[in-house]
Amino acid sequence: MPLVQLIILVNAATMDMKNIHITVVDADLSSSSRLLVGKLNASHFFEVGDMAISKQDGMDRLQDNLTDVVIFIPSGMEQDMQKVGGSNVQIIADAIDASKAQLSYGYLSNIIRDLNFEISIRQKNSFDLKQIKSESLYWFNPELNYKYFMLPAVLAILVTLIGMFLSALNLVREKEVGTAEQINVTPIKKYQFILGKLIPFLIIGLLELTLGLTIGIVLYGLPINGNLSVLYSFAIIYLIAVLGIGLFISTQSQTQQQVMMISFFFMLIFILLSGAFTAVENMPEIAQQLNRLNPVYYFMNAIRMILLKGVGYSDLILEFRSIFIIACVSVSLAVISYRKTT
Amino acid sequence: MEKEKVIIVKDLVKKFGNFIANDHLNFHVDKGEIFGFLGANGAGKTTAMRILCGLSKPSSGLVEVAGFNVKTNAEDVKKRIGYMSQKFSLFEDLTIWENMRFFSTVYGMSRSNFKARGQLLLQKLNLFDERNRLVSTLSLGWKQKLAFTVAILHEPSIVFLDEPTGGVDPITRRQFWEMIYEAADDGITVFVTTHYMDEAEYCNRVTIMVDGRIDALDTPSELKKQFKAESMNEVFLSLAR
Repeated sequence: MPLVQLIILVNAATMDMKNIHITVVDADLSSSSRLLVGKLNASHFFEVGDMAISKQDGMDRLQDNLTDVVIFIPSGMEQDMQKVGGSNVQIIADAIDASKAQLSYGYLSNIIRDLNFEISIRQKNSFDLKQIKSESLYWFNPELNYKYFMLPAVLAILVTLIGMFLSALNLVREKEVGTAEQINVTPIKKYQFILGKLIPFLIIGLLELTLGLTIGIVLYGLPINGNLSVLYSFAIIYLIAVLGIGLFISTQSQTQQQVMMISFFFMLIFILLSGAFTAVENMPEIAQQLNRLNPVYYFMNAIRMILLKGVGYSDLILEFRSIFIIACVSVSLAVISYRKTT
Repeated sequence: MEKEKVIIVKDLVKKFGNFIANDHLNFHVDKGEIFGFLGANGAGKTTAMRILCGLSKPSSGLVEVAGFNVKTNAEDVKKRIGYMSQKFSLFEDLTIWENMRFFSTVYGMSRSNFKARGQLLLQKLNLFDERNRLVSTLSLGWKQKLAFTVAILHEPSIVFLDEPTGGVDPITRRQFWEMIYEAADDGITVFVTTHYMDEAEYCNRVTIMVDGRIDALDTPSELKKQFKAESMNEVFLSLAR
């Protein structure tokens, strides 16, 4: 089951910009405007649909969800360019999906800048060429493969889910069935009991991580630039932290429903804050502060940095230290709050 | 001859908020005795038993089990007792043998000791050949007998049975009581709650609880004499009314 999730989620969570549907309103019908349309067509990010007759027509299409972006080329664009040395095109993007709109704007700007160059070269306006040219190099993920970014995140989420839910549900189920009481009349020590709950799920979590990594490598060619021993030692501490939280929740709960509700509450906050889908740096200050308590945040950082950047222990001191503290606190809470006597 | 007392209860009170579940209980149980604990539903039997087992703390009063104070040395008490709750509570997804092995290690039995005693007890039950069966596949009667076996596996000095024969057919109940007698012969004190008044006759002494208080405590024959009754059933009805 987690495997299916991994395979589907990675594809679903992808934010690669492909097949952006674009509608061109060409009121100029000049060689320059046709050059622009040709360039858009050539880019594999865009799919130029039908040409709209008027700007209004284009807007209607945007309204009806038939297109993602409308690009409006005013009449006389070519003339303006030759006479005044510049002209405007209008880009109207459907910003309901803000990141998609932003990205398509970025890609379009690049294409139009390219076009500027070509036209300048063609006109041999050498003074126009004297500009600072910026060239982007993308490190650590040169092909900007979004899956490389999402796969570790999805993996981290799955490991977290399994760890927290399984451990929490297991203990509270024993309470419901009555085996917990049977164990409470034995002279077993509290720490022995919590360890007995922790270790099997730790192993399951690690197996799951291994399985997920294998799938990532086989199906998606996920690069493993870092040392796996670093990743696994981090994962062990992390799982102990998460399992501790799960067990703590279940010591405080009486029924499986309670456990589900409470763990859901924490999971959602942890995952959304963790930076799995959105950049933590863009979050409000308070969210960033909260993240200092968020184990998923540290694991998210660590797994991405280890797999994609190939960092070692020395670059992860903060993460290791933080997760270690969280693990100690959560397991102690679980041991202390587990009551054999009521 | 003064008998050794394995359970001493003095002025035990247990309150849940304003509700008094156990109202100044006073009794003791002698070593090797089969002690019946009777009462209607909600009379406070299970509450009292949970306190004796160290599962629940008394609000006030002194409770000594196997020579230890339940309030302060609950873990020492737990080492020396066995407990079988009214709800079947072995691990359904483990086999008979795995369940027994698990509880034997929890009680710190050595492996060889466990193997010998486990085999002996299972053979008595005629379950030894079935020891690799999942517990969930057993019928209720077998489950109860197995639960009792697990409860006395580590040779406790006292075993607490909370309505062990609820929902069990008469033949199995009979066999169950034979097991209880055998355990008592081995020197294990048996503390048992029940609704079945015919079972009360099997006990050495019985107490009858009504509304959190102990209203009668004696041997079944003495009680019958005292209440001028033919059977324990009549004794119970005249008290509980």
